[in-house]
Amino acid sequence: MKTITVTVNGAVYEETVSERMLLVDFLREQLALTGTHVGCTYEGVCGACTICLDGEAVKSCLMLAVQADGHSITTVEGLAGDKLTPLQQAFIENHGLQCGFCTSGILMNMSEFLEKNPNPSDDDIRHGLIGNLCRCTGYVHIVKAVRAAAAVGR
Amino acid sequence: MYNFNYYRPLSLEEAAQVLSAASDGKLMSGGMTLIPTLKQRLANPSDLVDLSEIADLSGIEAKGDTVVIGATTTHAEVADSEVVKSQIPALAALAESIGDPQVRNRGTIGGSIANNDPAADYPAGLLGLGATIKTDRRQIPADDFFTGMFETALEEGEIVTAVSVPIPKKAAYAKFPNPASRYAIVGVMVAQGPAGTRVAVTGAGPGVFRVAKMETALEKNFSANAIEGISVPAKGLNADMHASADYRAHLVGVMARRAVTAAG
Repeated sequence: MKTITVTVNGAVYEETVSERMLLVDFLREQLALTGTHVGCTYEGVCGACTICLDGEAVKSCLMLAVQADGHSITTVEGLAGDKLTPLQQAFIENHGLQCGFCTSGILMNMSEFLEKNPNPSDDDIRHGLIGNLCRCTGYVHIVKAVRAAAAVGR
Repeated sequence: MYNFNYYRPLSLEEAAQVLSAASDGKLMSGGMTLIPTLKQRLANPSDLVDLSEIADLSGIEAKGDTVVIGATTTHAEVADSEVVKSQIPALAALAESIGDPQVRNRGTIGGSIANNDPAADYPAGLLGLGATIKTDRRQIPADDFFTGMFETALEEGEIVTAVSVPIPKKAAYAKFPNPASRYAIVGVMVAQGPAGTRVAVTGAGPGVFRVAKMETALEKNFSANAIEGISVPAKGLNADMHASADYRAHLVGVMARRAVTAAG
């Protein structure tokens, strides 16, 4: 067991974890932040568990909780302040989700993406979405939502 | 996953010390290959030594006629680096083609080459560009470093610290990716520069390899036409659900010609 200190959505947690505990399990089970999802039985392919680690989108099922020691994490619960972010609002307005299972991971990945790419083409958005599987929408409305959020950001 | 001890040393010396004290220690940085391997219980190390917080191991620097990239530099950092994009754009594009954004934010160049997956991109990049791999003990030319499937010239406990890549006159990487994983079904780096004219192939065989016949032809005439008739034998190449050995042999020619054309 190891004691780690992580900042999650602005709050500092000091927690004791098993070395082999995955970060996604730490967030969901130990901190009860269940907005971060496990979509592909921890294979690292679906992207539903994407969070931001020090501002960078990473898959929390491909990290150990101990690796996050001393770092700062944002999960989907920490995205909105008093109101939704332009990206979250754009997903509602453009029907960017159906079942919503993949959405939290996509929001976290695209949050970083839009910071790096304030004026993306549709190809850029699709290239950015490679690591996120959505089995409902066919991506058309997701791309539209990201494009709309980019326009608001500008 | 079996349990293990976890260490995150802050210096190379400390890392080497912890590793040598462990009964079956394993180095890790991004963990993009090691963590899935641990989950499947295909590895059972006693200790994990995480190199990711050793400051000296990360970063990109132009040094004379080379670009030096620290071992724990992530794929995203290589892809976004102004130095790499201006000096060796083919390497920045190669890094940008690895996996997906989330993997590129964690995976590192040192981890990729030390693992030497037969379908990884960096082995072709470094062999094609004639890079030198620096470790805590010595310098190893890429030609001697990649020795076979998941095998390298690294000795027990030896730690990759950086790679030094000579700036080529021209270079390009062409990849036929697996559409799901983005690993190379076949990927070819073609380069001309201080390290000579080189054609390095990943994905096709049990390990990265050079195609001497293509290199000789390109030396005389650097054009796609010059290598039109040159093929590699399918015997010994990889065959799986994604592509047969014959198809991979065919793709080596196609990707090499595309890379030559892109390099200009």
